[in-house]
Amino acid sequence: MKLLREAYYILLGFLQMLGASGLFLMKLLRATPLALARPGLIFQQVFNVGAMSLVLIMVSGLFVGMVLALQGYNTLSKFAATSALGTLVALSLLRELGPVVTALLFAGRAGTALTSEIGLMRATEQLAGMEMMAVDPIRRVVVPRFLAGVISMPLLVGIFNAVGVLGGYLVGVKLMHVDIASFWSQIHANVDLHDDFRSGVIKSVVFGIACTLIAVFEGFYAQPTAEGVSRATTRTVVNSALAVLALDYLLTAFMF
Amino acid sequence: MAHASDSASENVIEISGLRYRQGEKRIFDGLNINIPRGKVTAIMGPSGTGKTTLLRIMTGQVLPDRGRVLVDGKNVPRLSIDALYELRREMGFLFQNGALFTDYSVYENVAFPLREHTRLPESLIRHIVLMKLQAVGLRGAAGLMPTELSGGMARRVALARTIAMDPKIIFYDEPFTGLDPISMGVILRLIRQLNDSLGLTSIIVSHDVAEVSSVSDQSYLISEGKVVAYGTPEELEQNKSAWVHQFMKGLADGPVPFHYPAPDLAAQLLGKESAG
Repeated sequence: MKLLREAYYILLGFLQMLGASGLFLMKLLRATPLALARPGLIFQQVFNVGAMSLVLIMVSGLFVGMVLALQGYNTLSKFAATSALGTLVALSLLRELGPVVTALLFAGRAGTALTSEIGLMRATEQLAGMEMMAVDPIRRVVVPRFLAGVISMPLLVGIFNAVGVLGGYLVGVKLMHVDIASFWSQIHANVDLHDDFRSGVIKSVVFGIACTLIAVFEGFYAQPTAEGVSRATTRTVVNSALAVLALDYLLTAFMF
Repeated sequence: MAHASDSASENVIEISGLRYRQGEKRIFDGLNINIPRGKVTAIMGPSGTGKTTLLRIMTGQVLPDRGRVLVDGKNVPRLSIDALYELRREMGFLFQNGALFTDYSVYENVAFPLREHTRLPESLIRHIVLMKLQAVGLRGAAGLMPTELSGGMARRVALARTIAMDPKIIFYDEPFTGLDPISMGVILRLIRQLNDSLGLTSIIVSHDVAEVSSVSDQSYLISEGKVVAYGTPEELEQNKSAWVHQFMKGLADGPVPFHYPAPDLAAQLLGKESAG
């Protein structure tokens, strides 16, 4: 009985958070047209959120691609099918690992930065100060960061995938001596623009919206204390990771 | 309870029947306050009486449970967000910690409201920013970052930012806390100067009796959700009420007891009372 009640409260809390972030998303969308009038603010945030995550994304992409090629080679060689290595690496990256790993890294690198920045602005009354200067902090601070995250995520995923395939090529072709022609031609023949590429793009856009929304939401509603901001930052990572993995399952189930 | 003139045109802010609760605690219980135009009005009271909350209600940051809050003839709690933002363009609010944008330089902080609300050319913005900084004596600090400023300087920069859009009303939230005597003197002089030279209405919330009395035209003393006394500093000085006397003189004991309610000391020391 007690267990049931606790489960009920957890579910209630979850639904409450879902509702609150949905309302917050509505607020953001309503302020978006005005925010778009100042693209400079958005580009600056694309730099902060996206460009500053580049090194992490590229290094991770390279290693993920290299590991995929190594593991794939070991398995495929048992069936004498190493020529399919390129396909394996490219499809794994495009369909699954690219969007998911990038989103998880993004939550850790950019999401936490967004949450703590906005949370600290709340704690030091900078947001209240803005409101008192008749400047809407949602339009001036939150929306540019949100849009920057939504723009950056698909781009980062694209870069992650490209570098990942390159990593797979380095290990597969240069190290394991898979035939270079079959590596590339198999990718060319088996990766479908509609099914594989598009689904990856859809995933990356959805993850971009989810991760950035969680980050700015947690920051904006953080308790205005040091502890409150640190807890909000933790929640950003935890909730983003859960949201990405759950959404990934749903999207995969629907699309394939 | 004494009041300023009831003539509407003379009062820039009129609060009547204000009620506000924070959880179980009743902060305001039928508060009435009028703030005359063009004067420096102080709102004083012990810590925890909700002075800052009162400022936030006047500026629409906090919604009261009941009561009318007329600012320039508009009932603030009933305003739409757009109308409230329109009204706030006429207001300046000096936060206790300054609330400067830590990512921007002093110059950019003062330029912020101008860039947000006007389409002035850069050369004109520069002129206005330098003039506002000159007014608070910090033109030379334009290139510094907020982290490089002392507490007093940060508050003066915030004041320059507050007057950047030439507001009609300025709210000061505890402007003297944590300042050294020189910075305090500077801020006091600035409040008076700005009020008189720009024709503003200033409202100061503070518990620094001596400082506030030296600059204000009249003061309200509030305690436990109500106005306890009102008048010029001299009138308050001569007020016969024991509470006003204790507050104005800063006496440790009086109607506001020195001791937090506790059982009898002898009884507690002898272990007869199990409190503690």
